[in-house]
Amino acid sequence: MESLNKSIITTNLDKMLNWARSNSIWPLTFGTSCCAIEMMMATGSSHYDLARFGSEVVRVSPRQADVLIVAGTIVKRMVKPLKMLFNQMMEPKYVIATGSCTISGGPFIYNSYTTIRGVDKVIPVDVYVPGCPPRPEALFWGILVLQKMIKKNSLIKSTNNKKPVLAALPEGIMLEEIHDEMKKVLMNKKYL
Amino acid sequence: MNKMTASIEKIYNKYQKFIVENVISKKELRINSENLIDFMYFMRNDSDLKYDILCDHTVVDWVNNNSFDLVYNLYSTEYKNYIIISTTIPRNKPIINTVSGIWRIAEWQEREAYDFFGVLYTDHKDLRRLFLEDDWIGFPLRKDYKDNFMLEM
Repeated sequence: MESLNKSIITTNLDKMLNWARSNSIWPLTFGTSCCAIEMMMATGSSHYDLARFGSEVVRVSPRQADVLIVAGTIVKRMVKPLKMLFNQMMEPKYVIATGSCTISGGPFIYNSYTTIRGVDKVIPVDVYVPGCPPRPEALFWGILVLQKMIKKNSLIKSTNNKKPVLAALPEGIMLEEIHDEMKKVLMNKKYL
Repeated sequence: MNKMTASIEKIYNKYQKFIVENVISKKELRINSENLIDFMYFMRNDSDLKYDILCDHTVVDWVNNNSFDLVYNLYSTEYKNYIIISTTIPRNKPIINTVSGIWRIAEWQEREAYDFFGVLYTDHKDLRRLFLEDDWIGFPLRKDYKDNFMLEM
């Protein structure tokens, strides 16, 4: 009886599924500018070895991928292909936004006729990875955060959590707090 | 450098009346916009110059002077040197002759200039927008461009 206890674990199906999903999130890359170079280093090179985290291999087809890594400035004309790729991905699908331009528009917020100010205006984003561009380690942190979120079942599309999480920051910091902080900084420098 | 200086002096001697300003150290020549086509034919065909590639063509918007600067970067594969030709046109009447009959690559470069600055090239075969949508209103790289999407600082 004791040996049986050691070899059997009880769980529910959702937990089991989430555990399985979180440990093999294959990325689909969507690189449009300099963040893509770092993303290529992170996902393509043997030096950083993405396979350690279960994101075994980068897929070029949206139908075989689980997470969409948006790396780079999104302009008006790029919205249509991005939405098409996102819609072609199979459920469950997750989105990581890397880099300042993807998160908020970056240096192109003001006086730009074409840059989308944040990719979350177009598709729902689960994890933000800040940086300009973020190092491969930051992207890995983002993937690990995504894995934790999948295990907890607390993604942006689930009803109990509307707030996206920033990777590579202490736990508990939400996007609104960053916005408030930024507003204070801008007020002090009289930009606003 | 000596050959370069010599070639610029040759241009200067032949086309003295057209040249507004020449800066030999910067390899730049400013000419009158009326004589652009004659001058460009001379730059390509003359055996001592042979500028056979138009590397780039851009526009600079001087909104306070109410003028556009058209900049042509030329390269000679024979003599391996670069030169910059620039000319000025009024901003409220931005019309100039096309150089796409001299260098065919100018067709697309002039379409780009039309797309972003609204410079009109006469005798251009196919002057449409290149990068933006066909139904775009306005020319976004002009300094006074505004639209509803833009956030102003």
